[in-house]
Amino acid sequence: MGAAIRFLTRTREPGRLGWTDILAYAYLVLGVVLILAPVLWLFVSSFKSQRALIESDPRFLPYEQVTVTLPGSTRPSGLVEWTAPDGNRRVLVQIRPSGTDLVVADPAKPDETFAVPRRETRPHERVRARVENYVEPTLQGGRTGTFQFPRYFANSAFVTILATLITLTISSMAAFALSKYRFRGRDTFMFLIVATLLMPATVILVPLFVVVKNFGMLDSLWGVIIPGAATPTGVFLLRQYMLTIPDELIEAARMDAASEWKIYYRIVLPLALPALAVLAILSIIWRWNDFLWPLVVLTRSETFTLQLGLSSFKGEMNDATHYLLAMTVLTLLPVTFVFAFLQKYITTGIANTGMK
Amino acid sequence: MRWLVLPMLAALDPPMRAIQRRIGIERLAYVFLLPTMLIFGLFSFLPAALNVWISFTGGSSTIVSARPFVGLQNYEALLACESIFVPKSCPVAGFGFWTGMWNTLTFALVQVPAMTVVALATAIVLNRKIRARGFWRALFFYPVMLSPVVVAVVWDWVLKRRGILNALLADLTNAWNGLLAWLPFHVDPVAAFRPVNWLADASTSWPFFWVVFVYSWSHLGFYMLILLAGLQAIPKDLYEAAEMDGTPPWRVFLRITLPLLMPTLLVVLVLSLIRAFQVFDEVYVLTGGGPGTATRMVIQHIYETAFVSDAKLFGIAAASSVLLACIILVLTLAQLALSRRQAGG
Repeated sequence: MGAAIRFLTRTREPGRLGWTDILAYAYLVLGVVLILAPVLWLFVSSFKSQRALIESDPRFLPYEQVTVTLPGSTRPSGLVEWTAPDGNRRVLVQIRPSGTDLVVADPAKPDETFAVPRRETRPHERVRARVENYVEPTLQGGRTGTFQFPRYFANSAFVTILATLITLTISSMAAFALSKYRFRGRDTFMFLIVATLLMPATVILVPLFVVVKNFGMLDSLWGVIIPGAATPTGVFLLRQYMLTIPDELIEAARMDAASEWKIYYRIVLPLALPALAVLAILSIIWRWNDFLWPLVVLTRSETFTLQLGLSSFKGEMNDATHYLLAMTVLTLLPVTFVFAFLQKYITTGIANTGMK
Repeated sequence: MRWLVLPMLAALDPPMRAIQRRIGIERLAYVFLLPTMLIFGLFSFLPAALNVWISFTGGSSTIVSARPFVGLQNYEALLACESIFVPKSCPVAGFGFWTGMWNTLTFALVQVPAMTVVALATAIVLNRKIRARGFWRALFFYPVMLSPVVVAVVWDWVLKRRGILNALLADLTNAWNGLLAWLPFHVDPVAAFRPVNWLADASTSWPFFWVVFVYSWSHLGFYMLILLAGLQAIPKDLYEAAEMDGTPPWRVFLRITLPLLMPTLLVVLVLSLIRAFQVFDEVYVLTGGGPGTATRMVIQHIYETAFVSDAKLFGIAAASSVLLACIILVLTLAQLALSRRQAGG
């Protein structure tokens, strides 16, 4: 909260507002509406009942018909508001429909039923956030059929965490070699690493699939993790940063008979922590959101990542929109939290290193 | 994290020490480079070479040596059109490829300038002395963090036939007509709004428009950040001098901002072009390439030809990738030349 207030009051400039300032703020507000409104609408909709979603209830808040369970009945019955011709309004319990009428009763006296015209009634509703949309697919799983949220989440987390650790390790090793050693072929290696920019996965999709299949990594999360673990962006980002670490530190450590590996992980890695943090954040975003490559490698639904699970669930065209929306919110929440807390590092990191 | 990573790194010390004794300090660099280069070799360079080979072979085998050589057949299937501008005049494979190619080209030519203009406008606004700049900047960047699938679900939910956009437009039309009725003179009311099937109406260009819009929505923040960094690198005293001379704002923009921002702007243009030619995720989840083939991009053609169709036409897909790779190659070389010039000058 404190951080939010500091944001809102940052770069405060005293003085009057010119018309260009007003225009600027109008632009910003319009932009924010365009950006936040759809996400907010999804968020609010994810708490609506299945029925409200199927009927595309355009009201902002989630409404739900109030129900009571009458004595002697096992199923809950819905309440309706009846506006009598004299203007009196009563809350009644709906027993059953009958032609253009509804057979209703007073909830206190459910045995004395009577009929009212259906058009004089409307559902008796209250605002209620349906947390079940979230609980049922995550905890029970059964009712959501093919969508196994916990498994997809675990797969996504596994891929993201391991891939990021591997990327950080091997990229920092390569960056260490390229920034702190003079050896034959260094420029060739640099050139080769830049050259991989010319071969994005989208362009070598088929042969990459063939290679991964021949390694037996098809339908395995390793087939998603390994091929993308080395990134030219990562190597160059870290190398650029390591160039600023003074060579004297390394020389001094060598005097003390430290091994090169020890110099790497005891001296260079801790000093490169800011750059490692930027790469870690980038890698987490790339991996968590990755779609096309997992789509090619993972064909069995047990191995799906969250993104694959969501997209296939969306494609199934079922009436489980309430689960789809809730699960979409759960998928965007981790990224949103990471962003909310680290946005300064992310935006400055990308502005400075950018380019991917 | 420390307690997990440090012991693992420490465990590697003895073997690395042994290697160091054997090959010497300077050559240890190759060992440090090995994992990265191994992955690049196996999963970038080898596939790039295989891509060309597979594009000359047929069949559906994934064992490279078992694939029969067919010469230029795959390329003929893609290129033997009466006119490549009319995909219908092509063989079946060529139809998919050229439909995708022209869609992607149209997409790139519409999306890149449109998004760049908006990103530039946003960066300029954010570069002013406004309150809470960090907050605004973060908000505009937020969609970049969202996954393509999430973005597609969000907008599908907004754009569906009984979605919120249609409801809003209907309300607006009603409100407008209600307003007109209050006027002392007569103005013909607007016809009642009829819901549009934004993503599925094949008789309009709306699906294509929304694909461009949604893609730009989710990528704008990234380019906005790069442009903002470029704007902040322009020396402030230039603006102060212009202000003292009483130069009008549009002149300041044309004579100072635009020329000095040009290198950054070029990088943004090329970078977003490279990405636009690889567009797939958002569009695939949002429209599936439809209605018909209206939003079917070339990557979708490659993906479906190789992995979705029963025939598994890897050769055709590889040949399509090689043709696409030529475009990406030229663009990426341009990008590298630009960023090198920027770094040098």
